[in-house]
Amino acid sequence: MLALTSPLETWAHRLPAGLKMAALCLWTPLLFALHTPAVLTLATLATAALPLSCGLDFALASARLLRPLWPFVLIVALWHLWLADPSGIAIILRLITAVAAANFVTMTTRLSDMIAVITTIARPLAAIGLSPGLLALAIAMVIRFIPVMLFKAEVIAQAFRARSPRRPGWRILVPILLAALDDADAVAEALRARGGAG
Amino acid sequence: MEKNLTHIALFAALVAVLGLLPKIDLMSGVPITAQSLGIMLCGTVLGSWRGALAVLLFLALTAAGLPLLAGGRGGLGVFASPSAGYLAGFPAAAFVAGLVVERWQAPLATAAFTGAALGGIVVLYAFGIPGMALALGKSLPEASLLALPFLAGDLIKCVLCALITRTVAQMRPGALLSRA
Repeated sequence: MLALTSPLETWAHRLPAGLKMAALCLWTPLLFALHTPAVLTLATLATAALPLSCGLDFALASARLLRPLWPFVLIVALWHLWLADPSGIAIILRLITAVAAANFVTMTTRLSDMIAVITTIARPLAAIGLSPGLLALAIAMVIRFIPVMLFKAEVIAQAFRARSPRRPGWRILVPILLAALDDADAVAEALRARGGAG
Repeated sequence: MEKNLTHIALFAALVAVLGLLPKIDLMSGVPITAQSLGIMLCGTVLGSWRGALAVLLFLALTAAGLPLLAGGRGGLGVFASPSAGYLAGFPAAAFVAGLVVERWQAPLATAAFTGAALGGIVVLYAFGIPGMALALGKSLPEASLLALPFLAGDLIKCVLCALITRTVAQMRPGALLSRA
């Protein structure tokens, strides 16, 4: 499983993850508070300068990450063209800028650093029994089990294709779910045998 | 203790896997992703608290930068996108779906369908539609219009969720933590 972190080392990779997240937490609400197209254009240019300062390849990769937004941009553009309402420009600029800024933080922060920030934020939860150790174990298990379960799902789908000319539809969901439940039981037993979790 | 932990972690992985599987063609040929079905199943199989925690764990890893959402999306950007409301509603949807199955002693398939519909549609849309309205600068009725095309697919997922939950209960009676 590959994270979305950019393999191209940039200046922003060296900034602390907490600092980047804090800046993002200030920047995003600010974007939603801006309404004048001129000011929003400045904000968009300022945000676009971040990936551009990291080189062309990085900027192109960052543009590719914005692709899932195009249906929304299209809807807003058509909607406001039809109404002949220019406020659509501000909405589209804000939409793209907010997502691009957040993507920039993701692209320049290693998964391990991001998880460290999450466990720090979740530390107060220790009061209600969710200790940092348990959370770290749970995160590690999810990361480990996604490829395992994808492999099992593929095996189940292949077995289905061997038996039936039809495409494996929702029918393979039950065996996938049962495999997950059995794995959960097996891992629970293995943890207990090693002295338990937490 | 260990059983709770491993079930929460494995279901978080399951939600990711269901989003990464190729799209499933339903009888009508409408392609749907199974990810929101995974959210419903977290609730109906694991119960309210465990289901919501599994979904939170999945979201935490998505935010950390793993491309686990349907279509290979992930990172902090998706939490600033118009679909952010739906993501925020995921844990609440699983919680409500689980609560209905836990508290309402109706036949399992009935309770699971009702829970999935209440959580996965009513509660999820109650988060998702205001999220779209905010990000796209639309009023709530206008944003609801954008959510409408997904209603049919989501209803089918509720039916599938009920059938799958019942089958799981028959095959692994001990594994249905929501009714344990």
